[in-house]
Formats: sequence, C-alpha cells, structure tokens
Amino acid sequence: MAWQWFHRLGSPKWFYEKTTPWMPWLAFFSLLIIVGGSIVALGFAPTTVEQGNSYRIIYIHVPASIVAMAAYYVMALAGAVGLIWKMKLANVVMKVAAPIGAILTALALFTGAVWGKPTWGTYWVWDARLTSVLILFFLYLGVVALQGAFQDREMADKSSAILCLVGMVNIPIIYKSVDWWFTLHQPASLKFTSASTINSDLMVYLLLTMIAGFYLFFAWSLLAATRAEILARESKTQWVRALLHKPAEPTA
Amino acid sequence: MTDVSPQNLSLRHSLWAMFKRDMALVVRHRGELANPLVFFLLVLTMVPLGISPDPTVLSTLAPGMLWVVALLATLLSLDGLFRQDFDDGSLEQMVISPQPLYAMVVVKIIVHWLSTGLPLTLLTPLLGVMLALPSEGYLPLLLSLLLGTGSLSLIGAIGSALTVSLRKGGLLLSLIVMPLYVPVLIFGASSVKAAIEGFPYNAQLAVLGAMLAIAIILAPFAIAGALRISVNN
Repeated sequence: MAWQWFHRLGSPKWFYEKTTPWMPWLAFFSLLIIVGGSIVALGFAPTTVEQGNSYRIIYIHVPASIVAMAAYYVMALAGAVGLIWKMKLANVVMKVAAPIGAILTALALFTGAVWGKPTWGTYWVWDARLTSVLILFFLYLGVVALQGAFQDREMADKSSAILCLVGMVNIPIIYKSVDWWFTLHQPASLKFTSASTINSDLMVYLLLTMIAGFYLFFAWSLLAATRAEILARESKTQWVRALLHKPAEPTA
Repeated sequence: MTDVSPQNLSLRHSLWAMFKRDMALVVRHRGELANPLVFFLLVLTMVPLGISPDPTVLSTLAPGMLWVVALLATLLSLDGLFRQDFDDGSLEQMVISPQPLYAMVVVKIIVHWLSTGLPLTLLTPLLGVMLALPSEGYLPLLLSLLLGTGSLSLIGAIGSALTVSLRKGGLLLSLIVMPLYVPVLIFGASSVKAAIEGFPYNAQLAVLGAMLAIAIILAPFAIAGALRISVNN
C-alpha cells in the first residue's frame, strides 16, 4: 500500500530502527560538505571587488538563514500532523525542531551582525531582513518556552502545535509588514550589496553546496534529537529497555 | 420562551446571557477595568521623565510610544481573560455545553475589547496631549487604535487560552504573543506618523481592518482549540 509508510510512522519503534543505519551517513556527508565547502569558501573562492574577504561569511550566513526558515515549516507541519492525526512521532519532531531552529536563527543573526560591521560599518541595522529574522527567533523562543512550561507532555505538545500553526499563519503577514515598514522608514543610504556581488559561477555553486550541506546537517541533528527524545519518551517500553541494556553493543 | 432548559436554549439567547454575565463581572470588578488604563498612564508619564520633556522630542516619539504602550497595556490585561472562568470551572461548562465554543469565544473577546481596547482608545487623545502629539495625529490615532485593539484582543486571547492552565502564565503569555503583534504595531503607528507628515493614511487603516477581519475569522478557532486542551488535562 502506498500509505503504509505513513501509518508506520505512527510507531516510534519502527522509526527508530529504520533511521539507525542512516545516521552515520548523514553525519558523514553533512560534515564533509560543510567542512570541505568551508575550506574552499575561505581559501579558494574569489574575493569580490566591493567587499574583499569579508564577504566570505556569506557561505555560512545564507545557508543558516535559509535552513532556519525551513525549520519553522518543518516544525509547523509536524505540529499540524500531530494535532490532526494524533501521531506521537510528529509531536516529537515538532518539539526537537524548535531549539534547532532557534540556534540556526541565532547563528544567522550573529553571522549577519559580524558581516554587517565591515560592510555597513555597524553590527546592527533595522533592516527588513534582519528584523524579520529577529522576530522569527522570538517565535522559536516562544515555542520552546511554551513546551517547557507544561508538566503534562500531551498538553505541551498540543499547545505548542497550536502556537506553531498560529505562527505559520502570521509569518507571511509579519514578513510583508516588516518589508513595508522598511521601505517606508529606512533612509536609502544602506543597500544590500550582496545580491549583486555574486559574480562568478564558483560562488554560486559553492553557495548551493553549502546550503545543501546545511540542509543535511539539519536533517542529521533533527533525526538525532528525535531519536533521543523517542528514547526518553518510550523509556518504559520493552524495546527501549532491550536496546539500552544490550550488553555487547554500545548505546546509540 | 417557554422552556429555557439548557438543551433548548437558542444560540442567540445563550450568547446574550453570556454577554450579560461577562459584562456584569467586568462592572463588578471595576478595579481590574482600571488597571490597564492606569498602567498606560503611568508608563507614558515615565517617557518625558526618562527621555526629555522637550515637546519637539516628545511629538516625534508620541505616535510610536502611544501604540507600544497601548499594546503593553492590552498584554497586561490578557492574563485575566480566561483565568477566573478556568479557576471556578465555568470554562469547563462552556467547553462541554451544546453551544459552539467558537461563538462563545467571540462573545468573551468582545467583552474583553469593550473593557480594555475601547477604554484605551478613548483615553489616548488625553495622553496625546501630554506627549505633545501634533493635532493631525489624533483622528488616525483614534481610528487605528479602534481597529487595532480588536486584533490585539483576538491574537492575545490565543496566548491567554494556551497559558490559562499554567500557574505562572503571565510572562510566558507576553513572550509568545508579542512577536505576533508586530504587524498591528507597524501599521498602527505608521498611520499616525503618515498623518502627521501630511500623507494619506487610508492604506494603513485598510490593512488594520483587513487584519481585524482575518483575526475575527481565524483566531477563535485557535482559541477554542487551545481552551479544549487547557480544560482537558
């Protein structure tokens, strides 16, 4: 049946066992791409006329921002699936996606600030994109805080799922309004020059490679956190006990 | 009305009864009604003390300041929106009653708006005088607050419903609701600024109205869902 995999996802045990062989591969490839890409980006990519070497942070900044935003969609989608089909696994994914997304957003903000100093002469400007990402960061923090506030796990899951969905509806509105606010209030002295500085094929491919690497890294950390959370939640079940008390094999 | 047992109560009658009950509660707790207003007044008193009493400085700050503080005052009032009903069990009765929770939530928010959003809106011209708001700003300030506080009540009620079962929900409530307030704040404050600078402000008011329309349709679903979760533990 075409939908069998979907029903099987309802079983954390099935998911855990299925993903075990993936983990080393995901770890290997994501680290290979990120480390290898960083070496090429820092050592061999051509410099730009306008920004010299300082632009190289783009290879961290842009992938982190893109994946930070994608993580919210993953989280909200998982929340919706958890609410609608009452799927345990989806709730786990939603819960662990929030801190990962928050950290990626913080990384995007930090690299943006570091990049801003040589380019704009200041660490922070109230640029539309910076402001939107900052608000995205607050949305993540809200979900993390709400998750942590409840004693009861089911209530925590359902409440944060609702918050994720409300945030999902709001994100386009927030982005549009921040854009509009920026065009209305910001003096035109600051310009995003990065878009025009991508002038060689190597830079484009390198950037795409780094984005792919960050996606893989996100998938890896999401799966690892999901697996850890599954073990914590299912710690009373037979299969987890059998897994953890197996004498010969090292624990996952 | 021959039979008024709960099963035969029409939706209109039950909602009207609920409206009257909630309004009576508001009137009998006048202190709670005044608290957000006093907070509003106090914070705005701090602005000249902390920044500058110079009217030229104040008049540039006024549109944004009035909007930000109105937002904070609304936020402050949200924690009590469902708290009392949750504590005494009437929220549970609403959830299990045959009437749709969606409609009851709308009634509760209308009462909340009448007791916080509307008084805040009516108080702002006075505070505008204190902050040396230019005279072109008063009408857009009133209109934008009239439309915007409705959205604030609706969006805030989602956070209130999510945190009502938590004993210390107040701070968490602010944390989860404030990012969602960003669009309302942007368009509210900019309508006043545009009017002061001599530009038309219809567009901002139209967007605020659109936000209110979307919020009226969608927010009660989220609120009703959140209330069911909060009550069912």
